[in-house]
Amino acid sequence: MPKLIRLEAEHFVEADDSFTSVADDQDLPEGDVIVSFARFQSEGHALIGEGRRVGVRLEPDEAVEALADDLGKISVVALAFPKFRDGRAFTSAHVLKSRLGFAGEIRAVGDVVRDLAGFMVRCGFTAFEPADGATLEQWASSVQRHRHVYQRAADSRIPAFAEREGR
Amino acid sequence: MYQYDSLDRDILADRSAEFRDQVARRLSGEITEEHFKPVRLMNGLYLQLHAYMLRVAIPYGSMNAKQLHKLADIGRRYDKGYGHFTTRTNLQFHWIKLADTPDILDELASIDMHAIQTSGNCIRNVTADPYAGATADEIDDPRVWSEAIRQWSSLHPEFSFLPRKFKIAITASAKDRTVAKAHDIGLMVRRARDGTLGFEVIVGGGMGRTPFIGPTIREFLPAHRLFSYLEAILRVYNRHGRRDNIYKARIKILVSALGREAFAREVEEEWSKVGEAGDLPDTEIARIRGAFSRKAFETLPAQSEVYDAAVSADPGFARFARNNLKPHKRQGYTIVEISLKGIGETPGDATSDQMDVVADLAERFGQDDVRVTHEQNLVLPHVKLDDAPEVYRALAAAGLGTPNINLISDIIACPGLDYCALANARAIIVAQDIARRFADQDRAEQVGELKIKISGCINACGHHHVGHIGILGVDKKGEEFYQLTLGGSGAEDAAIGKILGPALPLDRVTDAIDTLVDVYLRERQGDERFLDTYRRTGDAPFKEAVYAETH
Repeated sequence: MPKLIRLEAEHFVEADDSFTSVADDQDLPEGDVIVSFARFQSEGHALIGEGRRVGVRLEPDEAVEALADDLGKISVVALAFPKFRDGRAFTSAHVLKSRLGFAGEIRAVGDVVRDLAGFMVRCGFTAFEPADGATLEQWASSVQRHRHVYQRAADSRIPAFAEREGR
Repeated sequence: MYQYDSLDRDILADRSAEFRDQVARRLSGEITEEHFKPVRLMNGLYLQLHAYMLRVAIPYGSMNAKQLHKLADIGRRYDKGYGHFTTRTNLQFHWIKLADTPDILDELASIDMHAIQTSGNCIRNVTADPYAGATADEIDDPRVWSEAIRQWSSLHPEFSFLPRKFKIAITASAKDRTVAKAHDIGLMVRRARDGTLGFEVIVGGGMGRTPFIGPTIREFLPAHRLFSYLEAILRVYNRHGRRDNIYKARIKILVSALGREAFAREVEEEWSKVGEAGDLPDTEIARIRGAFSRKAFETLPAQSEVYDAAVSADPGFARFARNNLKPHKRQGYTIVEISLKGIGETPGDATSDQMDVVADLAERFGQDDVRVTHEQNLVLPHVKLDDAPEVYRALAAAGLGTPNINLISDIIACPGLDYCALANARAIIVAQDIARRFADQDRAEQVGELKIKISGCINACGHHHVGHIGILGVDKKGEEFYQLTLGGSGAEDAAIGKILGPALPLDRVTDAIDTLVDVYLRERQGDERFLDTYRRTGDAPFKEAVYAETH
């Protein structure tokens, strides 16, 4: 079974990925699947009814708000980085976590590199498929490199201005 | 100067260590240049025509003597003994070795400086009024808000990979010295009738190939709601700004496509969702305000005998005083502008030795305060009139006494084809040639305020759109040609210049400028500036004169 890096209770672990990512023109395999937003709209409810876990993959131009009514039934939202310079998925993750209150897995897929690991975690991502071959240790050390952060985000880190007040 | 605390220092140290690791991965070949590029750009490192260029942030153009001494030192040890001050009030070193950059960043961190977000598609260095804290007409000190924005935007997890770069300017004075209306966001400090502090918010100005004077999307934003409002603007932009075409990716294109009202509505809707959770507590603004060192102004008479005597005795000082000294809010003090536009020199360049001289003067006479202007000059904002003659003599001895602030030879020019991989034409040589033609200071003063701005390509780094006379380098079948625009302004009366006519070859540009000046002197009424005359007469007399000879 393929592996992915998952953030569990503030620790990074290497986890088995039970989900199969399915392209729109592919037949559905057995088990847990991640499908496109279009496929989810047409087949999502039937798939959930079959008792399997379902994830939805959103491209950067697909608004996370469109999933708002279904979030309770979705296990994974996979947000795509077609190029790592395309930063829209950061906002998608932020809105998904902070505004829509999604408690399931927010997965970064596509051009996912360790140089962005810290930003991803701060925006609410909880699972990662590194495309740069980063190991668990490399991924974790990238995220933990910065001892302080200046701004509030979708994570629970205490921003510098609040740290200062606490002194 | 804002005084760093241990958190600010930790943040720089961690960022520096991260970049050292990224450079090591690139040097070992572990990552490709394609992967490295956006990473290095987040830290101000460009690959230019001849070498790497490192752009050091001078946040809101403000630094102290120790910092300027260190920049001089870096210029000597890692570059060729000089640096280039930019229109974003940063300092560029053009001859850097990749392997040296981690050490340079550590050196910068040792004096609380960095190169964070001086390039890349992120929130860049904030421009603030270079006279902040020294000019009489400011409502509040814009540096306090600029520093708060610096911190909020530094390594912002959501807004570091925007569709394109993002620039913010803040001015608190009726005289705009920041080009606020040609920024992605321009903030103009306002005070409401009941005394509440706030901002007029202008969004979607810009230069480049599609210039816009930005529209106001909110007349009055209470100051304590600034950060939630910025978050709302940035989120709307990050989601909806174009990413399919680099030339249409700035926020100005989004604002113009949606229209001011529709864009403002989107921002307001997003803002209501962000709520006050997005704001910075008043206590943090107060802390930042307190972390700016207090200036120790003395109570001085309005007149200075030393100053008056020097004006009478030394015509060189008298001329410098007329052009480069500006009124200070405290009597007996003055603001000293130091021109980096020596006749025949490269606009914005300063040698390491010159930087040391300015730093020494700031220490001895200037309350340890140096500013960089977007017009690529330096400022000592707090000098006693009594000390001004001595400051002038020291500057003049270092080749920094050019008395041409706001005059025709005080030209903004981008590095152009001499350094830049994007340029179509040289810009520096054009600036140098015009400055030489108007080297006669009497004539230059007779012409008065005239802002010439030169860009070597359509990206408009030389701000040609907002020059009273703008000059744009274009490539015509491998030859350098220059298009003239007239009537632009980057001040409170901001305007985009209008193209005068067909582009001219390099050897005709300076003659054309001379002709434009002659027409102005002929047409001007009363104490009109060039810009005022142009606005009154329109371009007809200018156009006729410049293109007459070619017919």
